[in-house]
Amino acid sequence: MTESIEEVQNKIIEEFSILDGDQEMTNFYIMELGQKLPEMDEADKTDDNIVKGCQSKVWLTALLHDGRVSFLADSNTAITKGLVSLLVRVLSGQTPDDIINTELYFPQKIGMDRFIGTQRSNGFAAMVKQMKLYALALKSKAEA
Amino acid sequence: MSAISQETLKKLDIEAIRNEFPVLHQEINGKPLAYFDNAATTQKPNAVIQALSGYYEGYNANIHRGIHTLAEKATKAYEATRVALRGFLNAKESEEIIFTKGTTESINLVAATFGRQQVKQGDEIIVSGLEHHSNIVPWQILAQEKGATIKVISVKENGELDYDQYLGLLSGKTKIVAVNHASNSLGTINPIKDIIKAAHEVGAKVLIDGAQASAHLEIDVQDLDCDFYAISAHKFYGPTGTGALYGKRELLEAMPPYQGGGEMIKDVSFEGTTYNDIPYKFEAGTPNIADVVAFKAAVEFVSNTGKPAMAKYEAELLQYATEAVASIKHIRLIGTSPNKVSVLSFVAEGIHHFDIGQMLDARGVAVRTGHHCTQPLMDTFGIEGTVRASFAVYNTKEEIDRMVEGLERIVKFMK
Repeated sequence: MTESIEEVQNKIIEEFSILDGDQEMTNFYIMELGQKLPEMDEADKTDDNIVKGCQSKVWLTALLHDGRVSFLADSNTAITKGLVSLLVRVLSGQTPDDIINTELYFPQKIGMDRFIGTQRSNGFAAMVKQMKLYALALKSKAEA
Repeated sequence: MSAISQETLKKLDIEAIRNEFPVLHQEINGKPLAYFDNAATTQKPNAVIQALSGYYEGYNANIHRGIHTLAEKATKAYEATRVALRGFLNAKESEEIIFTKGTTESINLVAATFGRQQVKQGDEIIVSGLEHHSNIVPWQILAQEKGATIKVISVKENGELDYDQYLGLLSGKTKIVAVNHASNSLGTINPIKDIIKAAHEVGAKVLIDGAQASAHLEIDVQDLDCDFYAISAHKFYGPTGTGALYGKRELLEAMPPYQGGGEMIKDVSFEGTTYNDIPYKFEAGTPNIADVVAFKAAVEFVSNTGKPAMAKYEAELLQYATEAVASIKHIRLIGTSPNKVSVLSFVAEGIHHFDIGQMLDARGVAVRTGHHCTQPLMDTFGIEGTVRASFAVYNTKEEIDRMVEGLERIVKFMK
């Protein structure tokens, strides 16, 4: 049984609370999460798959399988890779409708603005937007 | 530095200097701030902050036209900065100092006036491979408009300019040579006196981008014999949004105005306009009076502290940091010229500079990451960007130790 978006978000919030706001440890933890992200095919790292609005390079693709969306992602910077891995964890395996309709609250709860700064926050918002667009496109394609 | 005797070097009291900079005394992410982004902008001493608030609290008024006491006081303070800058740059006359928004506007002013007037189709403009975008793009715009060509002085592996190749670029077609005094990305100090002399031999005029030199190097525009020299106040402890352009009188007088309106006119009628004398011909509209007034306090701060002593201390910091950072495994220095201002640029194998910047910020250490507005230079080295630590007189070896400790931890974690 796939955990809901809410359940995964709550787990992330709990994990980050252990770090107690220590900036350096939080960064190390995010990078560690990025290292665990499943590898993305080099062939998928095309310019078309780059998320627009990120200062670092972020590649993102999505597939629909049995009515659920799988995301694959990578980045040229370790911290951004960790950040996108959080989104992949929350949104992969969910239905297109759930992804389109969700309002993610974990970034605010873990104080993301504080530890990644404005530029990366904007990039993070661009990633969320791109994932929702993928979900919408996959849904439309499946219904066509 | 060797020409300056030890007696003339003041003994700097770094703790006392630090106490003049309120912003330095704060914690970032629970750690004391170590500010190493001085090539981007320096912090401001109390004297500059007080000069700014002193103007607004005491004599805010528009300048040059008012007959009342406040206008007189504001005008005097504004013009006093021009006189101070004449001394700072050793210009012949204070009329050769034009206030601008900063180095970028100064360069744009020269390109749009002198450049537009003098450069014709088929002419050549020489810039160096070390330039900031603001000393490339205005010339590209001009070259495109006039059908001129941009020629580039190559950069050697250690970050120095290839002087022989430069000599090969010079010809009768060369109209302008635009080069920085010191590189913002690598710190390299360029042999500008030789560059200027060689350019003059073919009849070209020379603009020097002095943004990075002004805080560290003695500047004598008469000795250099440069035609134009551009600076920004905020690069040497002054406010943002103001700077200056030095130009030789005969050149400034022959140049057309830059923008129209306000102080730059003598008489206006619908039949035609006569322009004011220099420097006012180039100072249209109400200028940034408060910041220009505070600019003088920055000049005085540098003069009173003593530029040779500051340069000596910063050189010690640079050497200390260079040795420590170079000894960290997987780190490679970019720009190793023996003649540098206090800029240390480096990359770490397999670790993105953004990650290093963010990890250092977590320890309160502020460095710059990225291409530093010198993308062509980054292309020369085949890199996207660097981590850049640039030091000012208020920095300490203890702060550098904290940066090095942070770097060691990052490399250990990520390699």
